[in-house]
Amino acid sequence: MNKSLYDYLILLGDSPLILGHRLSELCGHGPNLETDIALSNIALDLFGQVRNWFQYAAEIHGEGKTEDDIAFLRYEHEYRNVILTEQPNKDFAWVIARQFYFDAWHYSLLTQLCESRDERISAIAAKSIKEVTYHRRFSSEWVKRLGDGTEESRARMENAIAHFAMYKGELFEETNVEKEMFASGTGADFKVLKAQFESFTNEVLNEAGLEIPQIDWTQRGGKHGVHSEHLGYILADLQYMQRAYPGMQW
Amino acid sequence: MEIDINRLDLEFQAKIDSGKTIEPKDWMPEKYRKTHIRQISQHAHSEIVGMLPEGNWITRAPSLRRKVTLLAKVQDEGGHGLYLYSACETLGISRDELFEQLHSGKAKYSSIFNYPAVTWADMGAVGWLVDGAAIMNQVMLTRTSFGPYARAMVRICKEESFHQRQGFEIMLSLCNGTAVQKHMAQESLNRWWWPSLMMFGPRDEESTHTEQAIKWKIKLKTNDELRQQFVDQTVPQIELLGLELPDPAIKWNEERGHYDFGPINWDEFWRVVGGNGPCNRERLAARKEAWEKGAWVREAALAYAEKQENLREAV
Ligand SMILES: [Fe+2]
Ligand SMILES: [Fe+2]
Ligand SMILES: [Fe+2]
Repeated sequence: MNKSLYDYLILLGDSPLILGHRLSELCGHGPNLETDIALSNIALDLFGQVRNWFQYAAEIHGEGKTEDDIAFLRYEHEYRNVILTEQPNKDFAWVIARQFYFDAWHYSLLTQLCESRDERISAIAAKSIKEVTYHRRFSSEWVKRLGDGTEESRARMENAIAHFAMYKGELFEETNVEKEMFASGTGADFKVLKAQFESFTNEVLNEAGLEIPQIDWTQRGGKHGVHSEHLGYILADLQYMQRAYPGMQW
Repeated sequence: MEIDINRLDLEFQAKIDSGKTIEPKDWMPEKYRKTHIRQISQHAHSEIVGMLPEGNWITRAPSLRRKVTLLAKVQDEGGHGLYLYSACETLGISRDELFEQLHSGKAKYSSIFNYPAVTWADMGAVGWLVDGAAIMNQVMLTRTSFGPYARAMVRICKEESFHQRQGFEIMLSLCNGTAVQKHMAQESLNRWWWPSLMMFGPRDEESTHTEQAIKWKIKLKTNDELRQQFVDQTVPQIELLGLELPDPAIKWNEERGHYDFGPINWDEFWRVVGGNGPCNRERLAARKEAWEKGAWVREAALAYAEKQENLREAV
C-alpha cells in the first residue's frame, strides 16, 4: 500500500468529519429554520466529501478495509483533524467564526487539489469545490451580518473571531506527508494556501468592520494526533454504536 | 348584510364541492381561516418538534451512510416545517406568532414526538411507523380544499414516503443481522406500535371536528378508518421482517376483511396530549431554548438587512 497517500487521505477526510459532527449536533436547534437547514446542508456536504476521501483511502489500504472502519474504528491519536474543527458550538458566533476560518482554508486547499496529479483526488476536489464555494459564501456573509448587525452581535462576532484566531496557524503547518505530496504534484502549496487565506479573511473582516486579530502563536497538534480535550467526547458519540456492537452490519 | 354572508357561505361551499381550491386572496368564512391556521400550524410544529428525537441520533449513527441519510431526513422535516409555516402565513398570521403559540403551549404538535428515541432501532421504527402513519393522513390532504396546504402536501408526501422506506430498510438490516440487532428491532417495534396507532387521534365517537372537517375536505376519512388502514398495511410488513406482532390480539378477521387489534390505552393518549408524556417538557424546552438563544442572531440579521436597505436607498 502507498502509505503516504493513505495518510494524506486521512488528513483530508478527518477535518471535515469532525467539523461535520459538530455541525450535526446543531440540527434542530438553529436560531431559525433557514439557518438550521443551511448548517445541516453544510454538514451533509462535508460528510459526502469524507466518504469520498475514505472510500479512496480504503481502496488504497486494501485487505477489506471500509470507509466505516476508517471513520469509526481508530484511536484518538490516530485522528488527524485540525484542532479548530473539534471546538464546541458555544454560540452561533462561535459556529460562524469556526466555519469562516475553516471554509477560507478549505476553499483554497480544494482549489489547488483540483489540479492534483492524482486523478481521483482532483475529481473529488472538483466536486467538493462547488459545495465549499457555497459554504464560504454562507459563513463570510454571516460574519458580515453579525459584525455589522447590532451592538451585541458585533461584540459576539469580534470575540469569536479573536478567540478562533489561535487555531488558524495549524492550518498552515505542513506535515511531512503534506510536503511529500506537494513535491510529487499531488498535494497543495502551503505558501499559496496561507496567502489566499490571509487575503480572503482580511477582506471579509474589513468589510464587516471587524478587527483583524494580531496573533503570533498557534494551538497545534491535531495533525499529529495530539488533540484538545473535546475530541474524546466527540469520539464517544461518533464511535458509540461501532464500539458497543462490534462487527455488525447496519 | 346577514343575507350576503349566507350567500357567500353557500357559494364558498359550492366552490369546494365542485373541486376548486380556495386560495389565500379568496373570501373565506372566519371559521375556515381559524381552523386552517390551527391545523396547518399544528402540522408545522409537529415537523420541527419531530426533528428532535431523531436529531439526537445523528452524531451516533452506526455508519457514514446511515449518518448521511438520517441527517438528510431530519433536515427534510425542517423543510416541511418551512413550507407549512409559509402556507400558514398566507392566512394572515406571522411565523413569530405561531412560534409564540407553540412555546406557550397554546398550539399543539403531534403527541408521538413526546416519546423518547432510545436506541438506534428507533430510527428505523420511527421512519417506518411514524412517517408511515403521517403519510396516510397527508396523502388525503393533497386533495384538501385550501390550495397552499394541498400543494405543500404533494411535495411533503414524496419525501415522507422516502423516509418510510428508509426506516423500513433500517429495520430490515437489523432483522437480517445478529440476535442482538433483531432484539433491538423487536423492542423498538413494541414501544412505537401503540403510540403510532394513537397518531390517528381519538375514536370517531370522541372526535369533535369531524363533520365540518369532511365538508372542507380537511378529512376524507375518519380517524378509525385511517387507523384500520394503517394496521392492515403494517401487519404484513411486520411479518415480512420476521418480527413478533406487538399486540397478541392482532388477528385477520375474514368477515370484516380487516385485521382486528386490541384496545388502545386512551388514558395514556389523553395524558400525553395533556402534557404529561415522557418527553413533553424536554421537547418544548429544547424548542424554546433554540428560539431564545437565537434571538440576538435574528435581531442582528434584521438590523443588517435594514442597514443594507438604507444604503441602497442612499445611492
Ligand atoms: Fe413528519
Ligand atoms: Fe415531514
Ligand atoms: Fe418524514
